[in-house]
Amino acid sequence: MDARNFTFMFYGFLAAWLIVLLYVVSLARRSARLRKELEDVKQLVATAPENRV
Amino acid sequence: MREKLVVALAAVAALLLAYNLYHIFLVLPDEASQGFIYRIIFFHVPAGIVGMIGFFVALTFSVLYLSGGDFRYDSLAASIVEVSVMFSVVNLVTGSIWARVIWGVWWTWDYRLTSQLVCVLIFAGYLMMRRAIDEPTQRARLSAALTIFGCVDVVIVWKSIEWFRNNHPGPVLDFRTGGGKMDPAMTHSLMLNFVGLLLVATALALVRTRQESAAREIDSLRRAAHV
Repeated sequence: MDARNFTFMFYGFLAAWLIVLLYVVSLARRSARLRKELEDVKQLVATAPENRV
Repeated sequence: MREKLVVALAAVAALLLAYNLYHIFLVLPDEASQGFIYRIIFFHVPAGIVGMIGFFVALTFSVLYLSGGDFRYDSLAASIVEVSVMFSVVNLVTGSIWARVIWGVWWTWDYRLTSQLVCVLIFAGYLMMRRAIDEPTQRARLSAALTIFGCVDVVIVWKSIEWFRNNHPGPVLDFRTGGGKMDPAMTHSLMLNFVGLLLVATALALVRTRQESAAREIDSLRRAAHV
């Protein structure tokens, strides 16, 4: 019982931190994508009037 | 400024949680009837409470959006809901692992478990709905309405262990029972973990709010340039 008890407690802690870690990784990836998208759109807006004329 | 605040919150949370891990594993004794496994409570309960507090903070921002129409409140509500869903999933998963040892099953349709699952599904639906609607005003209005609807279930989750007697234990924390159900040293560790996770949630919500602002900026630039 004690060994099983410890194993399941380990799984519980591991699962909790894994979920938080996966969320942090997804946030970091989204931040990088948004930064790139913002730069692209800003560049596009800056060049747009020349292209239209 | 915001980045420094996020780093500071994360650093304080890391120190607090690291100190508390030492305390949980090396200082606190095993629980008399459950043995080692009871230590899951130090993440299971704080994660659940952080999730519930988040949903109610999101409710406040949603009502502020509905009354004033300021999109910053909508962004704040959406960011907080996302982080709260994540903590509610932590609560469900750790609870399921704990249940496997104590009840012998991974899941049972207990009032507390079911209402919490419904809560996660409602707010997961909220996040999916936001991705499906492009028009910002309609998205913000529907999101605010769904937050109000979802928070009714949060109240049911909170009160379910008082209203119904099922597999899930009743309230044990001092502020709900008036004391005497849990050892003060265990309560102290649980509260420290709650503060640590609350700081983590605040830092993550700040990062997520920054992303929402960037998405709004991209959207307005696109509209202005018709691209």
